[in-house]
Amino acid sequence: MFEKALSGSRGYWTWVVFLLAVIGVGFLMYLRQLAVGLGITGMSRDVTWGLYIAQFTFLVGVAASAVMVVLPYYLHNYKLFGKMTILGEFLAIAAVCMCLLFVFVDMGQPFRVMNVILHPSPRSVMFWDMVVCMGYLILNVLISRVSLDSERKGIAPPRWIKPFIIISIPWAISIHTVTAFLYSGLAARPFWLTAIMTPRFLATAFAAGPAFLLLICFLLRRISRFDVGDEPIRKLAIIITYAMAANLFFLLLEIFTAYYSGMSEHTVHFNYLFFGLGEARRLVPWMWVSVTLGALSLLLLFVPKWRNNLRILPWTCALIFVSIWIDKGMGLVIAGFVPSVLNQVTEYSPTGPEVLISLAVWAIGLLILTVLYKIALTVRRQV
Amino acid sequence: MSVDRRKFLKLAGLSTVLGVAGQGTLAAFGKPISPARFESPLTAKRWAMVIDLRKWTEEDSVACVEACRRAHNVPEFDNAKDAVKWIWMDQYDHAFPDEEEHYLPEKLHEAQIPLLCNHCDNPPCTRVCPTQATWKRESDGIVMMDWHRCIGCRFCMAACPYGSRSFNWRDPRPHIQGELNHEYPTRERGVVEKCTFCEERLAEGEEPACVAACKSGAMTFGDLEDPESKVRRLLAENFTIRRKPELGTHPEVYYIV
Repeated sequence: MFEKALSGSRGYWTWVVFLLAVIGVGFLMYLRQLAVGLGITGMSRDVTWGLYIAQFTFLVGVAASAVMVVLPYYLHNYKLFGKMTILGEFLAIAAVCMCLLFVFVDMGQPFRVMNVILHPSPRSVMFWDMVVCMGYLILNVLISRVSLDSERKGIAPPRWIKPFIIISIPWAISIHTVTAFLYSGLAARPFWLTAIMTPRFLATAFAAGPAFLLLICFLLRRISRFDVGDEPIRKLAIIITYAMAANLFFLLLEIFTAYYSGMSEHTVHFNYLFFGLGEARRLVPWMWVSVTLGALSLLLLFVPKWRNNLRILPWTCALIFVSIWIDKGMGLVIAGFVPSVLNQVTEYSPTGPEVLISLAVWAIGLLILTVLYKIALTVRRQV
Repeated sequence: MSVDRRKFLKLAGLSTVLGVAGQGTLAAFGKPISPARFESPLTAKRWAMVIDLRKWTEEDSVACVEACRRAHNVPEFDNAKDAVKWIWMDQYDHAFPDEEEHYLPEKLHEAQIPLLCNHCDNPPCTRVCPTQATWKRESDGIVMMDWHRCIGCRFCMAACPYGSRSFNWRDPRPHIQGELNHEYPTRERGVVEKCTFCEERLAEGEEPACVAACKSGAMTFGDLEDPESKVRRLLAENFTIRRKPELGTHPEVYYIV
């Protein structure tokens, strides 16, 4: 089926070449990182994870979010999501690939990556995270491939694929649960040591992921003949509303527990995020932007007139995506390290090469997404 | 004791082979080791350290850190960002950040505290390692590190509550000051390293380098499970504190303040 990705309009090829250029630049930067070491990033002895792992965390959520269209379609027989499921599954594939790449570029010794398989360590959450992410990738490749193939032939999907689809639903929850466990199981980092982290991860995932999916749907309406229809878009917007509301609720729970108990080891990280610690206030503007956009998007979702307005909805989706990207893709990971375990404040900002490598990983993901969507849309037009 | 003939011959044969091969291999490294050094490694059921801050001197601060650096080819970087630390000096409120003591004796406020890996009895760092590149040695409790297996994911650094682990953000070799110690490996970029209680010296019957370099006698190293050991005596006679014991890690470095 891949040949369908090799013929396209001028716009399609311009986009592909643009992505390849971004990937090329990032690849050169990665070669430099291989030669010099991770010292070319902004990470330090105190802030040992940065943009790479933060992007990984955010994208696991995007990957998991496919379940929000798969579940109503298969478990509740909500047929209107039918056209969207393949988009969701392909988004999951692209997102998991980005996740794996972000972990890979973060490794100090990438050539030893097979050690994770050669010396499996069931006590390590990272080992399990690899297992569930790889499993989720395989499941989604299998499911989308089989269903698209049946669609192309104009037949119903084979019965044997159904169990895999059912398994993929809890599996999606598992990838984000295990990713949250990476953080919430560390006694050393009070900011992350909270049981609400896992539900909050899922809430942000089920808001940001479907928001991204809706943006794609709106885009596809403009640049192709593929239209998922207004009704499923509005239904997904309701799901996003619940998820975003839950996210805000969980955040307020965190803030209550930290500030009412007054335990400094908990409040200090929130202080760093929202008010800064002395001179160290690099994340403060970002976090206020994130909170403001989040609150604004929630307002736009709560009022049915605005939520159902398909001219406003894309903007709402964009606000959600940016808000959660800042919160989860920057704030969450970095604030866990500031102040450090020795109560020292070392700030972090990504360096140029680090940003370019991250952009390249995003470009790889978008390229995968573009190619997969191209194939799917071509198949759809044939039948 | 009942060692039958068969078993005896087997053991005898094995030790001959090992003895010959062992000597040959080591000689190839240019380091002739007398059999006597092999015979008396320092062993314990549970290694622990007691640091008496009342006795600690400024000379110790320099000598202990320096001895460790030389013994293990620890690099020195100009910027704090890339720093690699095995044993290092830090102020009291960094060593014990949970104790908000504003009215400490001035001596402690200004004190420099030696910090190193606590070789926890319940180490959170080994649990998280996805490749078992770091583990607690069951025989004596030392938290070990295999630099050849480490993939450099730095999960252990996120999990360590004491900042005792360092990552080689850059190639450390050009940053090793002074003469290289050829008897100890250097590391490459991209792996995590830390204090190992000088397990390589213990194997040869020597105390850890920092303990040996501590002229004031403020550092005591010994077996926690041996009721007659010096560390046990110090613990019985003095009030000691540990770093963040509330986390359940059971650190095995004790401080007398």
